[in-house]
Amino acid sequence: MMAEKKKTTTKKTDAKKEAPAKQVAKKQASPAATQQKPSIGVFICHCGTNIAGSMDIPAVQEYAKTLPNVGYVDNYKYMCSMPGQAVINKAIKDNKLTGVVVAACSPRLHEPTFRTATKEGGLNPFRFEMANIREQNSWVHMHDHDGSTEKAKDAVRIAVAKAALLQDLFPKTVPVERAAMVVGAGVAGMQAALDLAAAGIKTYLIESTPSIGGRMSQLDKTFPTLDCSQCILTPKMVDVGRAELIDLMTYSEVDAVEGYIGNFDVTIRKKARGVLSMAEAETKGIVGGGCNGCGDCEAPCPVIKPNEFEVGMKPRKAIYINHPQVVPLLYTIDFNACIKCGLCVTACGEKKAIDLEAKDEFVTVKVGTVILATGFDIFPIEKKEEWGYKRFENVITSLEFERLICASGPTGGYPVRPSDGERPKKIAFVLCAGSRDNTGVGKPYCSRFCCMYSLKHAHQIIEKIPGCLPIIFYMDIRSFGKMYEEFYYRIQDEGTRFIRGRVANILEDPKTKNLHVFADDTLLNRPVDVEVDLVVLAAAVQPMADTDRTRKLFGVSCTGDGWLQEAHPKLNPCGTTTAGVFLAGVCQGPKDVPDTVASAEGAASAASIPIHKGEVELEPYFATCIEERCAGCGMCVNLCPYTALALVEKDGRTVMEVTEAKCKGCGTCGGFCPGGAIWMNHFATPQIVAQIDAFLLGGGE
Amino acid sequence: MADEFKPKILGIVCNWCSYAGADLAGGGRIQYPPDVRVIRVMCTGRIDALFVLKAFADGADGVLVSGCHFGDCHYLAGNFKGAKRMFMVKRLMKSIGLDDRRFRMTFVSASEGAKWGAVITDVVKTINELGPSPIKEFNK
Repeated sequence: MMAEKKKTTTKKTDAKKEAPAKQVAKKQASPAATQQKPSIGVFICHCGTNIAGSMDIPAVQEYAKTLPNVGYVDNYKYMCSMPGQAVINKAIKDNKLTGVVVAACSPRLHEPTFRTATKEGGLNPFRFEMANIREQNSWVHMHDHDGSTEKAKDAVRIAVAKAALLQDLFPKTVPVERAAMVVGAGVAGMQAALDLAAAGIKTYLIESTPSIGGRMSQLDKTFPTLDCSQCILTPKMVDVGRAELIDLMTYSEVDAVEGYIGNFDVTIRKKARGVLSMAEAETKGIVGGGCNGCGDCEAPCPVIKPNEFEVGMKPRKAIYINHPQVVPLLYTIDFNACIKCGLCVTACGEKKAIDLEAKDEFVTVKVGTVILATGFDIFPIEKKEEWGYKRFENVITSLEFERLICASGPTGGYPVRPSDGERPKKIAFVLCAGSRDNTGVGKPYCSRFCCMYSLKHAHQIIEKIPGCLPIIFYMDIRSFGKMYEEFYYRIQDEGTRFIRGRVANILEDPKTKNLHVFADDTLLNRPVDVEVDLVVLAAAVQPMADTDRTRKLFGVSCTGDGWLQEAHPKLNPCGTTTAGVFLAGVCQGPKDVPDTVASAEGAASAASIPIHKGEVELEPYFATCIEERCAGCGMCVNLCPYTALALVEKDGRTVMEVTEAKCKGCGTCGGFCPGGAIWMNHFATPQIVAQIDAFLLGGGE
Repeated sequence: MADEFKPKILGIVCNWCSYAGADLAGGGRIQYPPDVRVIRVMCTGRIDALFVLKAFADGADGVLVSGCHFGDCHYLAGNFKGAKRMFMVKRLMKSIGLDDRRFRMTFVSASEGAKWGAVITDVVKTINELGPSPIKEFNK
């Protein structure tokens, strides 16, 4: 029932699918995996000059002809091209080949291509092996012609040895759950969820904070169009709250993940919120109760805490909403701060929305695909001590400035100096604050959107504070997007001063609390000391702190800086190496809003494909038990990370049995089994040993 | 005897981290010596201690096993389980008098192309210093 096969229609398939374990065991007994003597075709790719430029391809070809089991050898300029694949196709048919070796690029790039070609030639696609002579040879030994030629010969020999022992394998087709999950409800997550829902897919949208909206909801205007961020975001937030197919879970985190593409079981921890929504109240039998966002509870609450949304520049109570536009409009109790005095419960009265004894709840949902959109945080710029953030009152970050210039912010949209509340007359913007920093303190990468939002800030100052002079200290202005460079010219014309030079140091005048910004003006080639009222640091961005935990739950890799790693930066920018898990937005690397939304739409499209298809093929790299060799010791059962293995009684003996749907093919069991009783499809012990022997014993001179 | 020692070094690496890292080194055109031959497995957890010993028995001058960083395994913890076995191999090598510097386990992620280049360069340098494997004598 699980091995339901619709795709492959040949009779061969049906004959072989019944009992793979037994079949393998039989093959194991007679090590030559085929009844027929192996006859392998070797196809060497020039890849233009990528490969041919660094090695002697005719020599490799002549060498391949001398190898055992080789029935045909050919080369072609571009093996992956249509004519190249036709060469393979024809050779299989003409020479009755039993296996194919292509010596070309990495199997991580073109294995699927050549498997298809092998299949079109009439062979099982898994009778294909690739010798990587580009990424791991010609490109890394560009000036060692002889060395790379020898290495290519060895690589072909190793691949042929494995190809001779390869077997027919049949991917298992599994159904895909018609639901998706999006982790993180910033603009990326919201867009992805809206797209998925619009495509008719039930979508769980998980957000760790009490409201959706993310970073974009903290912004005032967006460059270069100067759209009001809230004006374009709030309708989306409302749509998310209203969409029938979106199950919004705010103040919730992913706790555990099990399963695989098509069938992820994700456990969500709903953090104790202490406040019931109207729907929750109804299920608990409180008629007409639940939080309606009236805010009566907030006034009597005696606990005052800094408001995270306002970057700590405004107070909130222990029972709070962060700003008036929150979605869902639902209060939250900060149980780390709450003293459980009960005044809010009294104020809430008949609505009975508040439960001071609330506990975390866990729910498990089944989804077919997942999109991670966990966003970014601001680099703790106080680590760059020379700029005095947190030492000098009038040094602030751009995100703080964004709140100060936002009409809904703590100052009603008119920025003031934190030290005295005066209106600033001269403001310095320090770009690349912690970005493009190779000192080891900051981040080596460009944070990508700081140039543009600082230009926007300069514009807003000129607009809002007549007579105020913005001064931008920059290394380069990176205005790469559509209409960005034009925006840069406009800001230059408006009277903003630009000084090209990284700020070396900032000192405070203790009396006036003004700041002296020291830099080298690299255009005038002289040091400058500029006195300003306010300094705004365009701090670098970094992944959210809990991104690392989340990515490990889903088995997604990251770069050295912690950004999540895509499967391929150009060919699969939204996918990851875990099938069924996709990336959207800044969690993958710094992006501005247009790029974030574009990537979210890409991820939503990619994540909807398996769901609309209804089924996926899993690579058939399962473990199988060679029962006559199994002693039933059970060591493998404990090693399996997916509980795919179990001991069962068969014919009076205890042997191991594999649940194929759970097995992901890592081979950890096969690497340990003391009796050699586990056959890992496509990475079987005899196949690997044949590769080792081929390298070390098989000719080579 | 050959006039110049050309070490035979086997690399067994996992598909998700180190093989991808090695591909990235290729994309970045990071140059390193061509003496290591790489066999790809899905996870370092797949690597039987006997594969390493078989390579040495066949006369390998060195063996390199490379996988994901701890906590980064595509299969949760296969690299832990593999590493445990590999450390056992190192102890075994010591006790039979085979220099355990001939065998190395490293951790190279999919984003560490430059590190892969550095690892290979260093492995080849070490094996060149150690010279041919003494086991080769028995195989003659």
